[in-house]
Amino acid sequence: MKSKISSSLIVNGALALICLLWTIPTIGLLISSFRDRIDVNTSGWWTIFPHKDWVSVEKITPAADVDRNVDMTFHGVTATFEQFIQGVEKDGQRFIWIGNRRIGYLEVQQYIWTSNASFTLENYKQVLASGDYTAKLKDGTTETKTGDNMSRAFLNSVAVAVPATVIPIALAAFAAYGFAWMKFPGRKMLFALVVGLLVIPLQIALIPILRDYVALHVNGTFLAVWLAHTGFGLPLATYLMFNYISELPRDILEAAFVDGASHFTIFTQLIVPLSVPALASFAIFQFLWVWNDYLVALIFIGASPTNQLVTQRLAEIVGSRGQDWHLLTSGAFITMLLPLAVFFALQRYFVRGLMAGSVKG
Amino acid sequence: MSTPRPDSTLKPPTGFSFVRTLLFTLPLLVSLFVLTWGFFFVRDLQLTKNSVPQLVIVLFAIIWGVGGVVLLFTTANFFVEQLPDTWTHRLQPFIFVGPAILMLTWALVIPTIRTIIASFFDEASVGFVGLKNFAYVFTNPAMLTVFRNNLLWVVFGTSFTVSAGLIIAVLSDRSRFETVAKALIFMPMAISFVGAGVIWNFIYAVKPVAAPQIGVLNAIYVAMGGQPQAWTAFFQPWNNFFLIVIVIWLQTGYSMVLFSAAIKGVPAEMLEAARVDGANEIQIFFQIMIPQIMGTIIAVSTTIVIFTLKIFDVVIVMTGGQYDTSVIATEFYRQYFTYNNNGIGSAIAVVLFIAVIPVMVYNLRQFAQREVF
Repeated sequence: MKSKISSSLIVNGALALICLLWTIPTIGLLISSFRDRIDVNTSGWWTIFPHKDWVSVEKITPAADVDRNVDMTFHGVTATFEQFIQGVEKDGQRFIWIGNRRIGYLEVQQYIWTSNASFTLENYKQVLASGDYTAKLKDGTTETKTGDNMSRAFLNSVAVAVPATVIPIALAAFAAYGFAWMKFPGRKMLFALVVGLLVIPLQIALIPILRDYVALHVNGTFLAVWLAHTGFGLPLATYLMFNYISELPRDILEAAFVDGASHFTIFTQLIVPLSVPALASFAIFQFLWVWNDYLVALIFIGASPTNQLVTQRLAEIVGSRGQDWHLLTSGAFITMLLPLAVFFALQRYFVRGLMAGSVKG
Repeated sequence: MSTPRPDSTLKPPTGFSFVRTLLFTLPLLVSLFVLTWGFFFVRDLQLTKNSVPQLVIVLFAIIWGVGGVVLLFTTANFFVEQLPDTWTHRLQPFIFVGPAILMLTWALVIPTIRTIIASFFDEASVGFVGLKNFAYVFTNPAMLTVFRNNLLWVVFGTSFTVSAGLIIAVLSDRSRFETVAKALIFMPMAISFVGAGVIWNFIYAVKPVAAPQIGVLNAIYVAMGGQPQAWTAFFQPWNNFFLIVIVIWLQTGYSMVLFSAAIKGVPAEMLEAARVDGANEIQIFFQIMIPQIMGTIIAVSTTIVIFTLKIFDVVIVMTGGQYDTSVIATEFYRQYFTYNNNGIGSAIAVVLFIAVIPVMVYNLRQFAQREVF
């Protein structure tokens, strides 16, 4: 009995540790996205939790006639400027010079429990805003900032992700029904084509498709991305839908045929409603895939600033302002918002989709 | 598996008339016209300067794109169903299967052939150069680093993702907190590689020695007495591992979910019998569990091998392929878009293609054994 309790303790302890390790990266991002620009860049996000640190308790502004090139005395502590800049400790207090020699001041600090927990929505305002806007700073003044227009990119990502999910599913469902319940010459060969294309690396198709797009003048439009994602998603979609639809009980369909229903009626009235679980699991899969995609968007939408998607905007902020952590963290969180919501709401279907098709190219 | 179509009891038994057919073609023609018009409208709306709010363009594009597919299937089917029975019978399968096959052909089959052809031509796809591009790909020193890196990705990315997923699956199977734990481990799968790149760049962030470290890794490293490091840059070749960790973080959830389902499928009596025979938990894991779920292990490993073979986003976002972290897919991108070298770019893509052919053959063999066909 005792060994059972201790082994369950080890199991749960190890699991808790792994879970912590796995969530810390995301938690750090989330916390940082709500912190002020200066805070993010001067202290770790974990300092928002209570910890012991030197905290200012008093500010001494030396009189203008104090000679800063010789020993100075404040509150009975005597030291040179160079020593004060390093910090002088006495009776649990630290005297530290802030700023330069001429116009600096002295701070009296104590080592006590503290936390850097101050939060702001300013970062989100800046990444979402389109064009210039007036921001209120921490000290009450205002400043004109240029927004990163994530809101437009978000809209564009929706415009790409919805049709790029619906179109392949529609095509795949029709095709799966055709393969499962209709007889026609070349059926086996055509389905072998679908299976063969399951693992094809999409890199091999990018450039020829790009050339077609340039010829058709669709490069840089949503349409270009829809069609590409439709093509790349179709093999898996057709394969999964076929597996599901071909296993539906035959007698339901036969009864419908006897009643004189056409293939189209059976498909829309009977098969589609019955296939909702399979449709949903692939839809989530494809939606996340399209939403999170960077390569396809990069090549077919490119630098066109009006049509860029969230992943492209974020990658661009990484490239141009890689040290602006307050913007990067909030921008990243905006790109994650919708997929995480979809994921937590429909996790069950997502898992089912993964299990059904462990061979995506 | 033929499904006999009932007689045309639903259709008026009239003969085939030219006027009728023309009349029934009308919906199809109208919808084709609407779609073509919408195509130019959406395209020009996006490519030319205008004052239409983006929201309106987006809504119109979605309605046109989604509605167009529905419209096309419906009208095409309507047209086919008006034809004489034998023709309905013959053509209807192609209304169902045709669009998907056409898309696959245009988006995957033809491009693959075109890329393979382009790989034997020079950078502008004009002059035939034989195997010169492949000779470059396999002998250039920079390319050899690329292959080495990809090998690191495939070997370490796959083995760590698979073993971490397996360990977590076994642990969570014995825990009361299984659902919560699995959801947390699984969550990164919803995050894009670009987003994950930002998350991990922040973990690896480096500040000068005097300043407080804001990246978790350097904060820990400095607290233990080290000097702050630029983990993904000047730390070769180990910097590759700091990138691989990101994919392990993202993909372990996937392998965990599949292993978890497989473990639950191992018969309980089998485990019980082994315990009665005095086997300890480690023996049970290696001698019963592992052989039982071998199929899943192979399937998951294959998927992740293919995935790491094509890895692109993480590298391009984290280092841009600099500091000797370039991989096949980033090199492909660089050859094509930076150096405008279609020949070498295509040859690199063909190498990727050749690498997945064994899996493709395996899938086709499995398919050939299926009884449905």
